[in-house]
Amino acid sequence: MNAMSPLAAGVTITELAPTVRIALRLADISTAPGLALPVKVGERSAEGGRTVLCLGPDEWLIEAPEAGRDALFAALGAISVPHSAVEVSDREITLELEGPAVLTLLASGCPRDLARMPTGSGARTVFDSAQVVVTREAEDRFHLTIWRSFAPHVRAILDLATRELAAGL
Amino acid sequence: MLLIHCPYCEQDLPELEFAYAGEAHIARPADPSKLTDEEWRDFLFIRTNPRGVHFERWRHINGCARFFNAARETVSDRFLLTYKAGEPRPDVAKLTGVAQ
Repeated sequence: MNAMSPLAAGVTITELAPTVRIALRLADISTAPGLALPVKVGERSAEGGRTVLCLGPDEWLIEAPEAGRDALFAALGAISVPHSAVEVSDREITLELEGPAVLTLLASGCPRDLARMPTGSGARTVFDSAQVVVTREAEDRFHLTIWRSFAPHVRAILDLATRELAAGL
Repeated sequence: MLLIHCPYCEQDLPELEFAYAGEAHIARPADPSKLTDEEWRDFLFIRTNPRGVHFERWRHINGCARFFNAARETVSDRFLLTYKAGEPRPDVAKLTGVAQ
């Protein structure tokens, strides 16, 4: 990191509005043509406000705005093979982290080398022992999706690290 | 930090994302009720515990959540190879260059 003023080095943390989230388990992606499921772990597709992140070889996290709920449920209902689609909208909250020092901030709790994560991709990983889903929205903007009960813990570490960054530590 | 290659994610990822899950390639007996107590004890508890290459299961629990197998050198704690669950046990001599 270059020498930056404390303010320029700062990161803003925003809690995002609730969205519809679906945890989908499915063996064969050709059976769900309406969902544009990415194949490779970590890949993410975006279409009409809806994003689909491939978490594992047969697991996806679908996020959609509230307005897209009916269209999403219709697409899920069209899958005719055995699968599991669980609505987990209320299970998690998403924090948006943005700023030039965002990688340093995330490194305070996340062991994964997020500098190597391409923009537009994501992954499930840990943040100080709490399981989180990290997605890279832009070069210096990340979304951190945290299970609700772990959120105060993660948020406390992030807030502390933000103060440390601002103080130039 | 130790980096482990996940064969499903195809990346080297930090050890903190993984969980150890015991020795690999231990098949459950096809007909458990035919086993003697000693055979059942061996299946449940007796492990090879080698000094050298150990084949073991790991789970990428904080990632893709998949179980996979690894060959690890227990002396140096080096991972020689990781491979997907269900694939055959690789040849130790090929991994280390030493006949065992």
